[in-house]
Amino acid sequence: MENIGKSFSNGTVALEHMSLSVARGSFVSLLGPSGCGKSTALRIISGLTRPTAGRLHWPAGQASAAGGKSADVGFVFQEPTLMPWATVFDNIYLPLRLKGVSRAAAHNDVMEALQRTHLDGFENAYPRELSGGMKMRVSIARALVTHPKLLLMDEPFAALDEITRFKLNRDLLELWEAYNWTVIFVTHSVFESVFLSNRIVVMAARPGRVFGELAVDEPYPRDEAYRTSSTYARHCREASQLLQAAMESTQ
Amino acid sequence: MSSAEENGRPVQPDRNNSRLERSEHRERLAKWLLPVVIFLVALTGWEALVRINEIPPYILPGPLLILQTLINDWSILSGSLINTLIITLSALAVATLGGVGLAILFAQSKWIEASLFPFAVVLQVTPIIAVAPLILIYVDSVFIALLICAWIVAFFPILSNTTLGLNSADHNLHDLFRLYGASRWQILRYLRLPSALPYFLGGLKIAGGLSLIGAIVAEFTAGTAGTGSGLAFRILEAGYRLNIPRMFAALILISFTGILIFLIFSWLSHLLLRKWHESAVSREH
Repeated sequence: MENIGKSFSNGTVALEHMSLSVARGSFVSLLGPSGCGKSTALRIISGLTRPTAGRLHWPAGQASAAGGKSADVGFVFQEPTLMPWATVFDNIYLPLRLKGVSRAAAHNDVMEALQRTHLDGFENAYPRELSGGMKMRVSIARALVTHPKLLLMDEPFAALDEITRFKLNRDLLELWEAYNWTVIFVTHSVFESVFLSNRIVVMAARPGRVFGELAVDEPYPRDEAYRTSSTYARHCREASQLLQAAMESTQ
Repeated sequence: MSSAEENGRPVQPDRNNSRLERSEHRERLAKWLLPVVIFLVALTGWEALVRINEIPPYILPGPLLILQTLINDWSILSGSLINTLIITLSALAVATLGGVGLAILFAQSKWIEASLFPFAVVLQVTPIIAVAPLILIYVDSVFIALLICAWIVAFFPILSNTTLGLNSADHNLHDLFRLYGASRWQILRYLRLPSALPYFLGGLKIAGGLSLIGAIVAEFTAGTAGTGSGLAFRILEAGYRLNIPRMFAALILISFTGILIFLIFSWLSHLLLRKWHESAVSREH
């Protein structure tokens, strides 16, 4: 889907000569230790940060290389990043409101997003009334309300407990299959990346770069049986070893 | 009765429950009743002190006499109260508009803020009592002069709080707005203004009290020469006539006005924030 080749520096070199092309419809995890520039890479793809060198290439008919500022990109942050003064409905409605869509016209889209993320009945709740996992669901619902083709996720479940994380992992895969998204998922959890993605890109720090890649050719849908299978364990071992090597390459 | 003791005996949940309810009810009642009782005791003590020592009213009037003066002189005092209220509320309104307007202007650019903020600080730190005579000389209309004085005192907390609030919007949310191509106006309307609301309301609560202080100080400076006949003027006038009970009565009206302003804005703040802001959300223990 894209072909990113960029080096990036802002005093410290966050990313150097990073190239990555992501196929349409794939689920790619960026795995690496903290400080390897995973989040920076994601911000550059989203257009929030400009690369100091290199270019982004988008497929024809999509946003210009100057930035991914289009309806086709959804972003989920590490924190739920909700507006505390607004109801769940208004939080999810926000991207559409910013595009000038009226509340009435957006109603069905918002309700569908609520339903898809199992938030039915919570549209009038305020974020502070929700648990951490549910706030994250709202955040995901907000990202999918614009029907993006590309979803960028920056360690979205890092702050959640394991049980909630597993549940959201499964729900995310469900959504991914339903919407035919391309997902780029930043994480520092080997287990999460192996469970979710069909491709793991391991990054190394100082300077941030792509260290290696790993394909996870397991069929979807994946469920708890997969999580306890021996193939899952094998993939985890491989990913761990690659990550270990990436970290040693820094020292 | 410690809770551990109650936990040790799991029987009779009903009795424990009703006992808990009763104690809660008692606590709520005491919270209101206690300050009222203490206040009444203090007033009675004051009255007793005045009567037992036969202190003449031109030195220290008792609370009953003050109350009586308040009723007898109501026709004079109420007019003054309204005059003071008009200046206080107009100054507060102008301060709110000016403070929020300037804060929004400051939030547009660091350069504007850096250039203009010193003026705001100078206005704030210079004691109004020292500036008031100048303003009274320069401005013909006493009403406008009083308004300016009260405004100078009141607008700063609104300005500085709102500016802080506008700049305190969550960075990730700001990124999100940018990601979805929000315009400057949209960011202001949907992100920065709501973020600033709790700060603004905090500033408003302070400004409410300050605008009353500003109005009173300005009235004092204008003195008996002024055409205005606000409460401060009544205090001055009564002072010259050694009408101490009326001085107290005017003083009480000023206090009550201040308390009322504070309560109104506390209530307003609670109303606007109770759904989402930590400061106003009631928690269950």
